[in-house]
Amino acid sequence: MSDTETAASGAEVTQAFPAAPLLALDTLWLQVAGTLCNLQCTHCFISCSPTNTTHGMMSLAQVQAHLVDASDLGVREYYFTGGEPFLNRDLFEMIEIALRQGPVSVLTNGVLIRRDTAQRLRALADASEYSLDLRISIDGWDAATNDPVRGAGTFDRILAGVAHLAAAGLSPIITVTDACAGAATPEGRTRLLQLLRDAGLPRPRLKVMPLLRIGAEETRTRGYASWETLRGRTLTATEAESLQCSSSRMVTSRGAWVCPILIDSPQARMGASLRDTLRPFELAYAACYTCHTEGLTCRT
Amino acid sequence: MQDLSTLHLGALRRVALLGGIYSNHLALAEAMKIAAAREVDAVIALGDFGGFGPHPDRTLDILRGAGVPAIQGNYEQSLSGGADDCGCGYTDPRDNHYAQISYDYTRGHSSADHVRWMETLPGHIRFTVGGRRVLLCHGSPRKVNEFLWSSTTPPPFIRRLLREHDADVIACTHTGIHWQRFVEPGRGIVNVGALGRPANDGATNVWFAILEEGDGGVRAEHVPVPYDHMRLATEMRSEGLPGEFVETVVTGWWTTCLEILPARERGLGRH
Repeated sequence: MSDTETAASGAEVTQAFPAAPLLALDTLWLQVAGTLCNLQCTHCFISCSPTNTTHGMMSLAQVQAHLVDASDLGVREYYFTGGEPFLNRDLFEMIEIALRQGPVSVLTNGVLIRRDTAQRLRALADASEYSLDLRISIDGWDAATNDPVRGAGTFDRILAGVAHLAAAGLSPIITVTDACAGAATPEGRTRLLQLLRDAGLPRPRLKVMPLLRIGAEETRTRGYASWETLRGRTLTATEAESLQCSSSRMVTSRGAWVCPILIDSPQARMGASLRDTLRPFELAYAACYTCHTEGLTCRT
Repeated sequence: MQDLSTLHLGALRRVALLGGIYSNHLALAEAMKIAAAREVDAVIALGDFGGFGPHPDRTLDILRGAGVPAIQGNYEQSLSGGADDCGCGYTDPRDNHYAQISYDYTRGHSSADHVRWMETLPGHIRFTVGGRRVLLCHGSPRKVNEFLWSSTTPPPFIRRLLREHDADVIACTHTGIHWQRFVEPGRGIVNVGALGRPANDGATNVWFAILEEGDGGVRAEHVPVPYDHMRLATEMRSEGLPGEFVETVVTGWWTTCLEILPARERGLGRH
């Protein structure tokens, strides 16, 4: 990793990107619905939509194979994402088998969660000695703030899903991005927490996340500027530890990737299986800048 | 990944392991009596002597007076390092608000001599029981403030931690809720629980653990500790500690530092 070295001639040597070591493979992300989603949010960093088949639905057999690898490698926890995981007709079985070997979080937009869905999830949670967490994304405290980002009518449909989970005795974590201006301020948090209490969650849990300036978000606001890069930087041990790529990996229908964010970048594919990913990763992508600078982790 | 110093204690037959004490000197005194009655070879403290409760020096007086071997928790690291916060590892603003009240009170009421002693403590302790290698840590062997909850510490992960840290049994605390999971006889993780506050189950007693020779070399037992919790509540009130903390002592239900709980543990509590 050369820093601001200068050659004898005075010309700048091309600076390298730092590499994130894989310190411990604690977390496995599974892109169970690929890039297929029932919504088409204007800030989606992988541009998921009803027609985006860049990454396809994962089959039950694919998920099972990765879970076997994960168990052998000592993985601690599992995150199911997409796209919209509830579009995968085998999702419940996937959750059930994953919950036999560790805690599971499912990241969803909540729109497809009906009363019976919530009850099935509650039964799965009760049957496991490990935690099952649902994480629901919303982008504002009312339809006027949320719907321009997540789509017309989605605010009410998301809250209906939240209410079904609450009625089943489940307490989802609600994630809000910075697309909702002021969400991270004390006033914003108070407003969101009140919304969730009104939706039936007596003990609401909230996570505010920064935006990634890739995918659809690049069009909604802007992409990364040329200075937003880790080129020439070195990582301290603490910085390396806080990067999610030092402790997690991602699998999709197309193989194993460094993280959930970079699956549109061909070079971020590290191999066919989890075993191919046990090595450092060069932080050569603009989105790496956000993880490094904002301390972003997709984990709960 | 921290490079912590390790104290080696050799071979032991039966040991009492005390988790986070959080200044609950009344429960500590009771636990010491129970441990003595159980004829343990050693009582060992796993860190976080202060926080939450009243009069932190009283706990340190008991521990040091009895010559209890101890490791540093995040509290001892923070206090002896002059840090501005407890380093508990919370991520939610409400959790951090109450954690700060605990830390500021403890820091303001800890004698310089006790804090200097904390600085001398090792990060890990190792010994054997029944031929099994036991490793004591505060949060996890790899990080002082990592939370090892029952619902987030499955066997594949346990096997990896045991392998990577050359241990048969890892004993930890930090979460405040006791549990144990053995992946085979004599190999597993024991969270010894906490003496500082009840286990969020509606009972007012607190917990420690005993490791002793048994099946597969070593077995673990969680031991309930009844104590005069109403007296602790009175002391906390007169020290001006938050009513939310007092409520936990009196009811057995956690009222603060809840956001860090995984879904399963959160669902078992009242708040």
